[in-house]
Amino acid sequence: MADVVFKNVTKNFGDVTAVNNLNLSVQDKEFLVLVGPSGCGKTTALRCLAGLEHVTSGDLYLDSERINDVKPKDRDIAMVFQSYALYPHMTVFKNMAFGLRFRNTNKTEIDRKVREAAHILDIDELLDRKPRALSGGQRQRVAVGRAIVRDPKVFLFDEPLSNLDAKLRVQTRREISLLHERLASTFIYVTHDQVEAMSMGTKIAVMNRGVLQQVETPQNLYDHPANKFVAGFIGSPAMNFFKGRLIKKLGTLTFESSGLSLPIPKSKAIYYQHYLNRRVLLGIRPEDIHDPALPVINIRPAEVDCKVDLIELMGDEIYLYLHCGEKEFEGRVDPRSKLRRGDRAKVLFDVDRVHLFDLRKDAENPPVISTRDA
Amino acid sequence: MNKQDRQQDVPVMRLERMRLVLRYILLAMTAFLFLLPLYWMISSSLKPAYEIFANPPVWIPDPPQWQNYRQALTELPFGRYAINTLIIAVGAVIGHVVSCILVAYGFARLRAPGKRVLFIILLATLMLPYPVVMIPQYIIFSELNWVNSFKPLIVPTFFGNAFFIFLLRQFFMQIPNDLIDAAKMDGANLLQIIWHVIIPISRSAIATVAIFTFQFAWNDFLAPLIYLQDQSKYTLMLGLSFFRSSFEVNWPYLMAASLSVAAPIIILFFITQRAFVSGITTGSLKE
Repeated sequence: MADVVFKNVTKNFGDVTAVNNLNLSVQDKEFLVLVGPSGCGKTTALRCLAGLEHVTSGDLYLDSERINDVKPKDRDIAMVFQSYALYPHMTVFKNMAFGLRFRNTNKTEIDRKVREAAHILDIDELLDRKPRALSGGQRQRVAVGRAIVRDPKVFLFDEPLSNLDAKLRVQTRREISLLHERLASTFIYVTHDQVEAMSMGTKIAVMNRGVLQQVETPQNLYDHPANKFVAGFIGSPAMNFFKGRLIKKLGTLTFESSGLSLPIPKSKAIYYQHYLNRRVLLGIRPEDIHDPALPVINIRPAEVDCKVDLIELMGDEIYLYLHCGEKEFEGRVDPRSKLRRGDRAKVLFDVDRVHLFDLRKDAENPPVISTRDA
Repeated sequence: MNKQDRQQDVPVMRLERMRLVLRYILLAMTAFLFLLPLYWMISSSLKPAYEIFANPPVWIPDPPQWQNYRQALTELPFGRYAINTLIIAVGAVIGHVVSCILVAYGFARLRAPGKRVLFIILLATLMLPYPVVMIPQYIIFSELNWVNSFKPLIVPTFFGNAFFIFLLRQFFMQIPNDLIDAAKMDGANLLQIIWHVIIPISRSAIATVAIFTFQFAWNDFLAPLIYLQDQSKYTLMLGLSFFRSSFEVNWPYLMAASLSVAAPIIILFFITQRAFVSGITTGSLKE
């Protein structure tokens, strides 16, 4: 059992608020990914939990025990650092055994645990080497191994993959996910990479400017972003946004913008009713924009007149750079699309998959909204 | 490369070589200048007294007086002096290493109010010449009844040294934060972090402190002269001074003894030279 709770946690560095009133609970065995742009406070939140920073106000709980004043070593939390932070003068074995030495573990027990962890990570051969004789990927494994041997309640990862090359990163991503399954303990993982967040986390917490924006499972986060920031941050290429007004037209809720008139389907209308006659922001992901020549089933299409500025062939898909009136946006369509640069076309927006955000509320820091229909 | 190019290359190469030759000549001349006194010292230590000031100068003693060494070193209890010097030097090394590591770590890594001001005050003490503190210090130690003991020479080193603290602080500040945080997560307390992580990584800087301290203590003349009165407590440097009385200087013996006394320091330097080479942290953190 290892539940982690942040309750009204705030951390200031002088005049700068790194984490602003964070409320977050992580359940036992969960793989929570803290994601956000750099400087959003995610690493600071992690360091507060590790005990490397004192919280300015608020409470931290581990298994319903308040741990604000518990020293890092007594928190039973292990951390993997972005820089790996291996002790340069110790062999891999000693690096991994270091934490156990201070926990009154006897020698045979240390030996057994280190070898077991080394076996899990496939670094048995490296135990006698010094860190400088290891490759980046191997060092990363040793850093993970150092956490595993301690058998902690909670594992913290601070951007552990950012120093690996692209290929190794994908492989290690999978390995960490498998490790989570195997160890069945609580993982809290910080990254700025939304692909890592989506592919690894059982839950994702998005932060921006020290404020938690939304906590959700990856799919729900993608399908039901709580605000413009989350909508724009998760997904690549990023979601398109259109400023406009929500009005009633022939009894149907309609989004109106220059050159754009999109009916909001009934299933969505009930959530957006209160935005009526207000300025709103409409968001649509590039993959929900379709080429009319290639019919797609199960969508609720709305035609939009636009011009193709540029196309990018990706092999498995085509990125369309379009504009409609003054507004530029991006579509991601089937590679068989015949649309070419300079074409005028009526592309299809799947209005079942549009998102509306209150423009006024987005101007400030939005409150955390839970998902409406998970 | 065409013919014209090659023809132009020859003078360029000749110029290069001339430059190299010139450089070596210059270096050799400078080296000669620096080595001459040392040579003169060695040669004087092997001369009979009458050859010292002979004119024209005698470059190679004839015959070499090897017994100068035996006589110089047995005439006075140099064994006793060597032990005394060693006690003081080793004591000072321990004192400086222990105190400077702790203080430097504090200045480099710990958060404390007024830390900056304290550090500036510390650096300011570097500007005080020894003669300024000599008399106040003597009064303190004499009040403590420490005069004529090794204590005034060893105990102060346990209170740090501004220069070495500064040196170590600069080194400690380069140690990545993550390494210290990792040790904290691994359960090490402050002293354990210093012992298991900081000291092994900083070996080269600490060796520098130790070697300099040893050398200062070994070569120090003024402080032992002020504080030590019994001949049985004398250091090597005080011992050397016996060869110069108010009336005459026994040059061959002085030179022989001086060389014998300097030899350990020179050997120590050659042995520990490697420790000065740093670069131990490479490979621990991301490049």
